[in-house]
Amino acid sequence: MSVYGYLVAFWLVLAGSFGIVRSRDLIHSVVCLSVAQSGTYVLLLSIGFQTKATPPVYGSPPSTPTRSVTDPVVQAMTLTDVVVSATVTALLLAMAVQIHKRHGTLDPDELRALRG
Amino acid sequence: MSRTARTVMFAAAGGAVAVFAVLAVVRLPAFGSPYHPYRDHAFLAGVAHDTANLVSSVNFDQRGLDTLGEETILLASVMGVSVLLRRAEDEEEHDDRSVGWVLDATRLGGYIILPVTVLVGFDVITHGHLTPGGGFQGGVVVGTGIHLMYVAGRYRSLERMRPTTPFEWGEAVGAGAFAAMGVAGLLVSGAFLANLISYTGFGQLFSSGTVALLNGAVGIEVASGVMVLLAKFLEQAIVLRRREDGEK
Repeated sequence: MSVYGYLVAFWLVLAGSFGIVRSRDLIHSVVCLSVAQSGTYVLLLSIGFQTKATPPVYGSPPSTPTRSVTDPVVQAMTLTDVVVSATVTALLLAMAVQIHKRHGTLDPDELRALRG
Repeated sequence: MSRTARTVMFAAAGGAVAVFAVLAVVRLPAFGSPYHPYRDHAFLAGVAHDTANLVSSVNFDQRGLDTLGEETILLASVMGVSVLLRRAEDEEEHDDRSVGWVLDATRLGGYIILPVTVLVGFDVITHGHLTPGGGFQGGVVVGTGIHLMYVAGRYRSLERMRPTTPFEWGEAVGAGAFAAMGVAGLLVSGAFLANLISYTGFGQLFSSGTVALLNGAVGIEVASGVMVLLAKFLEQAIVLRRREDGEK
């Protein structure tokens, strides 16, 4: 049971990749990419988890900071990951809008040639 | 490549990845174990700089260079979207801004929640070094909060509320301020993005040195970036339309 979180993470990455491979619509591909990327969030957060630890945010004194917190390093990496994922998704969706305007289709199999 | 061939290739490669993933996972440190060497170092460094939010300490103090790279990606993709979604030669802006019929309850909800959301966003940015959140999260809240005006069915008011030019500047100013603080650290103490300002008062509003300032810079950048992104997409959906006056 202890490896459950890790397996979910890899499952998400593979399920997202499978969706991209089988995709018939570029918007669908972009969403699948987001699914695959969310696997990395689950992996990072699972690695940083510690049973009965508190979040790595201390608030105001008098509570003395304790070392027994979940790992802030992987949480910061997850934050980076989420931001990059969101902006890349926006860029890809903008490309999909342009492709639909120029080619009249969003099916990746029908996109054979580049067009300005 | 045919769909079948693609699927077969994926099944082979994905199966291999799955097998190696399971082999790797069973030898990782146990889930929930107290063994976190990076956490121990980040804890000491964060507390030494009086930063109550260790995640912010990692993002803006210990690994500030990473965050500079991250916001450069943000800047680049906002620029990319702006370029991709500009008005094309065969398109024109039309005056009809109606966004359909909006339920009165939705309209009222939008008006009431908008100021609250934007206020919460600023709160999340300014307390990024103390409480969960920070410039990235708060910036997204502010940027999307303004767009509740669109949910309330008032696209014209939204256009007046957020002319895109200042936010394009805000995007650049936020990214520039982050880099400038990095250079200031380099000049004064010899390390890029060094935490220069004295950081007394653990858990106080004025603590943690440059972490709070960098949070603010990122907040400006992200809020402006989200604003520009959403503006461009809405413009595509509502304002721009292919020109119908015959061939060019």
